[in-house]
Amino acid sequence: MKLKALLMGAIASTALAPAAFAERGADGNVSIIYWQAPSILNPFLSGGTKDVESASLIIEPLARYDENGGMVPFLAAEIPTVENGGVSEDLTSITWKIAPGIKWSDGSAFTAHDVKFTADYCMHPEGGCAQLTKFEGVTSVEALDDMTVKVTFDKPTPFPYGPFVGGESPIIQKAQFENCMGAKAPECTTENFGPIGTGPFVVTEFKPNDVITMKANDNYRDPNKPAFATLTFKGGGDATAAGRAVMETGEFDYAWNLQLAPEVIQQMQAGGKGTPVAGFGPLVERIMLNQTNPSPDLPEGERSTAKHPHPFLQDPAVYKAMSMAIDRPLLVEIGYGQAGKVTCNWVPAPAAVNSDTFSCDTQDIEGAKKLLDDAGIVDSDGDGVREKDGVPLKVVYQTSTNAVRQDFQALIKEWWAEIGIETELRNINASVFFGGDPGSPDTFQKFYADVEMYANTFNGTDPQSYLGNGLCDKAPKPESQWQGENISRFCNEEFDALHAELTKTAGADARAEIAKRLNDIMVENGGMIPLVHRGRLSAHSNTLGGVVLNVWDSELWNAADWHRIK
Amino acid sequence: MTELSQPQPTKPPRSQWYDVWDQFRQHKGAMMGATLFFLIVAAVYLGPYLWDLDPTKTAIRERNQGPSLAHPFGTDQLGRDLLARMMAGGATSVSVGITAMLLALFLGSFVGVLAGFFRKLDGPLMRLTDLFLALPLLPLLLVMMLLFREPLNAAFGLERGIFILIVSAIGITSWMPTARIVRGDVLALKEREFVLAARSIGTTNTRLITRHILPNVLSPIMVSATLGIATAIITESALSFLGLGFPPDFPTWGRLLFDGVDYLQQFPERVIWPGMAISLTVLSVNYLGDGLRDALDPRIRGR
Amino acid sequence: MLTFTIRRLVLAVPTLLFISLVIFLLLELAPGDPMAQVPLTVPPEVKEKMREALGLGQPLHIRFWKWIVQFFWIEPQVLIDHYFGTTLSEGKLRVISWQTRSPVMDIVVQRIPQTLWVVGTAYVVAIIIALPIGIYSAYRQYSWFDQLGTFVSMVGFSVPPFFSGVLVIVIFSVQLGWFPSIYDTTHVVNSWDSFVYQLKQMIMPVMVLALQITAQLSRFMRASMLDNLNQDYVRTARAKGLSEYVVVMVHVLRNSMIPVVTVIALGIPSIFGGAIITEQVFKVNGIGQLLIGALQANDLPMVQTLTFIFAVLIVLFNLIADVLYGILDPRIRYD
Repeated sequence: MKLKALLMGAIASTALAPAAFAERGADGNVSIIYWQAPSILNPFLSGGTKDVESASLIIEPLARYDENGGMVPFLAAEIPTVENGGVSEDLTSITWKIAPGIKWSDGSAFTAHDVKFTADYCMHPEGGCAQLTKFEGVTSVEALDDMTVKVTFDKPTPFPYGPFVGGESPIIQKAQFENCMGAKAPECTTENFGPIGTGPFVVTEFKPNDVITMKANDNYRDPNKPAFATLTFKGGGDATAAGRAVMETGEFDYAWNLQLAPEVIQQMQAGGKGTPVAGFGPLVERIMLNQTNPSPDLPEGERSTAKHPHPFLQDPAVYKAMSMAIDRPLLVEIGYGQAGKVTCNWVPAPAAVNSDTFSCDTQDIEGAKKLLDDAGIVDSDGDGVREKDGVPLKVVYQTSTNAVRQDFQALIKEWWAEIGIETELRNINASVFFGGDPGSPDTFQKFYADVEMYANTFNGTDPQSYLGNGLCDKAPKPESQWQGENISRFCNEEFDALHAELTKTAGADARAEIAKRLNDIMVENGGMIPLVHRGRLSAHSNTLGGVVLNVWDSELWNAADWHRIK
Repeated sequence: MTELSQPQPTKPPRSQWYDVWDQFRQHKGAMMGATLFFLIVAAVYLGPYLWDLDPTKTAIRERNQGPSLAHPFGTDQLGRDLLARMMAGGATSVSVGITAMLLALFLGSFVGVLAGFFRKLDGPLMRLTDLFLALPLLPLLLVMMLLFREPLNAAFGLERGIFILIVSAIGITSWMPTARIVRGDVLALKEREFVLAARSIGTTNTRLITRHILPNVLSPIMVSATLGIATAIITESALSFLGLGFPPDFPTWGRLLFDGVDYLQQFPERVIWPGMAISLTVLSVNYLGDGLRDALDPRIRGR
Repeated sequence: MLTFTIRRLVLAVPTLLFISLVIFLLLELAPGDPMAQVPLTVPPEVKEKMREALGLGQPLHIRFWKWIVQFFWIEPQVLIDHYFGTTLSEGKLRVISWQTRSPVMDIVVQRIPQTLWVVGTAYVVAIIIALPIGIYSAYRQYSWFDQLGTFVSMVGFSVPPFFSGVLVIVIFSVQLGWFPSIYDTTHVVNSWDSFVYQLKQMIMPVMVLALQITAQLSRFMRASMLDNLNQDYVRTARAKGLSEYVVVMVHVLRNSMIPVVTVIALGIPSIFGGAIITEQVFKVNGIGQLLIGALQANDLPMVQTLTFIFAVLIVLFNLIADVLYGILDPRIRYD
């Protein structure tokens, strides 16, 4: 209740914001702490969330997503649609109009040529641009005149808002980066550490992996913003320390992504100096079920490949029983508190694509046992572990090292033991688990285990390419150096056909309908067991006004509106 | 001449080790250390027979409880009994700590004595020590796990395989300071008069090392041993935390301590128990070592 | 002794080259991927392109040779340019970090001040405290002072900094509010007040680190003093009528310094290496934090460079220790 009241307070103060400050730089210094430190301020060269978000204070896209997932123009005059003629009837091109009067922080004018240059920079074949997916299918970007830019796609693109929308796709200045194309990109240290932008702040000093100091941009388009004259962006440490610095000691104003146990957050909140805020994107903590056999007895190169189907995990009785045995509300309560919700879906957000086919918020151990008994999967040799066709239901359950994940492992192991499935737990260092080193047996792509737990999400609001992670040919295999996003090696013809249909369908409602069906096929056929719909929990100081937590774009998207509550 | 017969000894000569034991028994610190150490070992190995709660059994309704009769040490965030976890963790931590320390000590003293004593070996062995000191620990451990985990698991089973791997990983990465310290002392010792005297009566190198050099470098070795146990217990927790050690449902003192730190303010007992256990073990080994050193030093003996 | 030193210095070159090769191969063999921290939303094809842009596609020996040239040939030129304003290194590719795409040495130079301030001070403080404690504990063995010293140093050593650091933060920052919990690396000392602030932000990390080092040093000091206090030469010195102070502080101390010198010489390179955990707990962001960050991100050029500098210091200080042995005990001969 208390939190709600505080949240209402924050919203109220946002509404009153214009009255609270009238002058740029009147509120002194604001300090932000991220427990991962930014390494570079050019998101095209890094792709890490910390880098994208810190850069979002400086460089901006044409349009951003707001806290509800809707699009708002930033550097563009309006959002192009088919209705207003911005998107062509055949869905193959989109034309952006730039808002007049926008200046770079060095005082020069922002033009369509900068936008075109940004596209060329990222699409350069030797550049190794991290945001290349944003430009997928783009055949050309032309500056029609100084204020108009046209993006053409190779085929009808029902969702043409990839390039230049959202924190991952900001515009960089042509004059500054002209000599940094392609292979030269890494040599431009000065440029990468201090991009000239249109955002509310400019860099004064950048210490990589440590701290950034910024000051207000004198040429920012709104003469009264930002309210803060300077900004300190500290990085490093751990989430506990970041939360403590905002909520208990009050040394910092904003702390990002506090993945901490609910009790710890509560304790910190009792410090009285700050408030946690939560927002929900499409991030889902899930258990992936290996459709192929990971047995170490198989020869290297055939382990966890489509050659050998899994001995029991493809059996509906088994994966359904495994899912039924899990007490999801308890997992939420223990692991995430206010930053988690029970979900049975792969794509729980935006709300329009959240399927309501399944319900899974009650644990049903007896039902799970019955399901297995009925399928003839019983404990025939009396060792407490069921067998299917003579193969005992023993699984290896791996995940990355993380306190909450290890708690989940302990609980789920117990529940599965109750229904007669024996579990061996493994935890792996995150930098190995999520690294794609084909030489390591411990990566999540290689999946040398029966089940594994991690979280995944997508950028923006359109799930098309994310749903593509379930396509049969995207399975990691030795031939592709174990690269590929279809981690569970899910393979379903109906799914593949329906996804092809999605890529051709226009119209939000029709697309949402297909997305829901794709989600249902995946869950129904045992590609994964969704566990928790995870939110982002950040904290801000009680004296910092204007914070609107946004999970669809950079969290710092509206830093221009932040101000000191006096 | 013959009447000057030797006085017959009234009892058989006491062995040197009997003297050592005598001295050790009279050493108050040593006996205290020994008793404490024995108690800790007994508690972690025999304790589980008396306190038979399952350390991995969760009980959600009983989570985050303080000390009570049902749970003398309280429960953790999943309702697991902390006393049972402390005992299970202790069994792992104490055995890893002691074995890894012994391994590091053996390697360190061996290399140190050889390098200090034989001039020809000094150069190569010390450059090897430099190499090991310079190697970054984390990648080294990752490589060891990558190469040896599967074969060891296949040969010795999951738990024992990981135990061997962790003990050797800690041992192989922590012998270098001991080696350098021992070498420094040996360099000085071998120029002393008693070594020259022993050499002049034709003592072989092996005997020279075991009878004259080793006893004299015992005190820095003992200090290394005490510090080594603490380091080994903490390193083990770091390994498990990185996912290189025991499976996550395997409690150890280091891990309990690490997990408890986040709850320091609400449930301070969660860090106090493992912190105290580690400190007490190290203290007891320290006193034990002190007593052993004093007992083995003939100059002190009998004073 | 001089010829010995020169011979060892010459020998150090192939040793270090060999060490750098071993480190390089070790890092290559270790599982890991510089793309591990890139979010899962970036597809594998794009990650593959990014890897190529980092130069990961090239064969092993070429990459090693490149690093050797960059580190031993180009970086010194950069240094010369910096001091004499020349332009030797213009247009040449330096050792570039994969995380930041900027020269590794620039970041190292940026990190050294805070590491030296915090870790260096801790070491000095620890030596100043530990030696007297060790000497006095040995001199009055089993006195209450000795017992207390033993207890404190053993507990101090068994409590790891990830715990003791958080403990002092909770007590002194959260409860009492005396010291900042997060170290400000941009702080400039230019007045009395700013100096006081610098002291305030240093005091907790320095104390936590110093506790560990003190514990270790004082134990070795004590043990070594005990060994020597019962030697015959001490009895002789006392019999000659030398004052107790001279006996202990001149004769015994000098002979007891060998293991202590070894431990200090082993410790000084680690000042440069930083204190990984302590730096992380207090957000000091020095070399230690740089190294662990680079390891987690699999930033091989950074790790390789840092560990190599570390190796140079280790070899150098072990040599210094060997020279010091000879000075402390002239009977030790190396030739």
